[in-house]
Amino acid sequence: MAERPAHNYTGFLGWVEDRFPMMETWKAHLAEYYAPKNFNFWYFFGSLAMLVLVIQIVSGLFLAFHYKPDTGLAFASVEYIMRDVPGGWFIRYMHSTGASAFFIVVYLHMFRGLIYGSYKGKRELIWLIGMAIYLALMATAFMGYLLPWGQMSYWGAQVIINLFNTIPYIGEGLSTWIRGDFVLGDATLNRFFALHFFLPALVLPALVFVHIVALHAVGSNNPDGVEIKKGPKGNAWSETAPADGIPFHPYYSVKDILGVVVFLMGFFAILFFAPEGGGYFLEQPNFEPANALKTPLHIAPVWYFTPFYTVLRAIPNPFLGTLAMFSAIAVLFALPWIDRNPIKSWRYRNNAHKMNLILFAVVFMVLGWMGVEPVTPVFKELGTRMTQIYFLFFVVLWIHNYPAKAKYVMWFGILLGAVAAYDVVFRFTPGDSDATSQMIMQFVWPVIYLAVTLLLPAFKSSCNAEKPVPERVTGH
Amino acid sequence: MKKFIASVMFALSASVLVSGVAVANEGGVPLEKANINVHDQASLQVGAKYFANYCMGCHSLGFSRYNRVAKDLGLTDAQVAKNLIFTRTAGEPTKAGELMKNAISQKDSAEWFGAPPPDLSLEGRLRGPDWIYTYLKSFYLDPSRPMGVNNVVFHNVGMPHVLWELQGFQEQECTKEGEGENAPEHCELKMVKPGKMSPAEYDKVARDITAFLTYVGEPAQLNRKSYGVFTLLFLGLFAILAYFLKKEYWKDVH
Repeated sequence: MAERPAHNYTGFLGWVEDRFPMMETWKAHLAEYYAPKNFNFWYFFGSLAMLVLVIQIVSGLFLAFHYKPDTGLAFASVEYIMRDVPGGWFIRYMHSTGASAFFIVVYLHMFRGLIYGSYKGKRELIWLIGMAIYLALMATAFMGYLLPWGQMSYWGAQVIINLFNTIPYIGEGLSTWIRGDFVLGDATLNRFFALHFFLPALVLPALVFVHIVALHAVGSNNPDGVEIKKGPKGNAWSETAPADGIPFHPYYSVKDILGVVVFLMGFFAILFFAPEGGGYFLEQPNFEPANALKTPLHIAPVWYFTPFYTVLRAIPNPFLGTLAMFSAIAVLFALPWIDRNPIKSWRYRNNAHKMNLILFAVVFMVLGWMGVEPVTPVFKELGTRMTQIYFLFFVVLWIHNYPAKAKYVMWFGILLGAVAAYDVVFRFTPGDSDATSQMIMQFVWPVIYLAVTLLLPAFKSSCNAEKPVPERVTGH
Repeated sequence: MKKFIASVMFALSASVLVSGVAVANEGGVPLEKANINVHDQASLQVGAKYFANYCMGCHSLGFSRYNRVAKDLGLTDAQVAKNLIFTRTAGEPTKAGELMKNAISQKDSAEWFGAPPPDLSLEGRLRGPDWIYTYLKSFYLDPSRPMGVNNVVFHNVGMPHVLWELQGFQEQECTKEGEGENAPEHCELKMVKPGKMSPAEYDKVARDITAFLTYVGEPAQLNRKSYGVFTLLFLGLFAILAYFLKKEYWKDVH
């Protein structure tokens, strides 16, 4: 057992400190945790995600006081909360708005990691744990969405659970095992309620804890991607701390208060003035109780799943579609090993890389938009093209690892050829002229994407030039 | 960078075009604006009266309670018991604290209408006020239907035109625009047998029922926004304080 550091606390605090590392922990993780001083806007979303987690756990607890996980009672118990429980509508809207807010905040937090290379420099595990949090979050959200037992709850869960059916050999058994019954019913609702409580109350906080332990062991990245621990030592608070670091508390805690207040203004504006979020946060068909005999005209998952739903629909074969959908999530785990460029922040990467990231964000949003729209020939093709670009992104990211040596034109040819070959072999159906003309017209999207990210840096050297990373953080 | 911006602009403009096409293709019946005001208590009261007298025999409001409606509409429990409650519960007159259910049998009504009349507690949220308002105004005579009427916004609906004595009966007249079999048709509803009310009076009744159903869909909406105003004012002030607090602390960093 290592010796604990001596302390000067007296009285009650000293008594506690002798027995429990209270101030030691406070210091290690807040008062004497030195974070880079150049955090910008993007660095609010980590602490905001924790705030939303707390909102969800607390509001969820109060909902669970009144909710009944029973197919005959669930829908009515939600309406009971909305009408008869004092302040119940507020608690319920906190929870429903919080669910969407959680994903907004988490998607921005993840994109921050992407643009500043926050998974680099011994931070791969932080990213992997973060991805585990994201998976647990998606599972939690999916199971929570069943609980109101409305039409969209029921049919959304029906679609997602039936995805497991498509797996050869074990599919049927697996989906029965998940449902706990041969049909989606009381057994499913009951276990989803249990899991919807278990995951966020026990698993998510544990994962968040490990996420932060790993982060504080390695140290935070920053918008310049400079390792402050490798820079000079000594600042106004400590002689041994990094010169570019400042104590998390009070500097970032007061800054985060401002972030929290601004976030809450948006959060409460939606909660009080548009709790349905334009039909995206609370979907209209969910105001009708689940009915196994009546399929809604158009089943759309909640917006935060729609990008992956589009990937699913882009491939007509159900099993391959499911595989593509899960790969779209799984590939994110591999990001630290795909993006091996030694420069962390996009500030000092070439312009082609910046465009790659921005286009990826745009493509992700278009995928999300396609997921809420009914399938028309135009949208079907657009969704398929965006799915192709989604996966191309990771290849292009890898090609950008060493810009000076990259064979851009060759890769442009290979990737565009791969897309065309895929179209001809797997997608072209003779006789369907509508689909074919769409396929030809919307071939323009992968062409534009690959031209911007691969041809531009090949022919315009200013788009391929990387900038020297400064020794010290810039700004402030 | 310019090229990049140009390509983004192109992508955006193309996507706008694509979405425009989709909306035009989707079609559907244009809905009339309901122009309701859920804060107009008189309108809600009239809506509640018509709903209880014409609709509630078949359509329950099973998640709503009489006394909650009374409180929100500025009525006393006694007024509600006298004017809105027509049912008995376990042999006793239904009490004001009970849910607004009715006596229709699910089994019988399914036989009569093809499907049991749905509970309308959440109709205002499910379909929206414009749909309800247009629906109430869009019944027309159709001898091919079992109830003798059809509805423009809910095709082949099983429900009879319950408000016929107020509105009267309409007929649908369709004229072809242009030549050929597939020429688009333009249909209009024409009054063939006026009811007790003028069209303007009936519109008001339809609007009041719509307002009432919209209110019942989410009773919290009556005061939700006023909480929002105070919350945002408080947070706005807090944001100013938080901004200056941050600025003060960060003087050390610069």
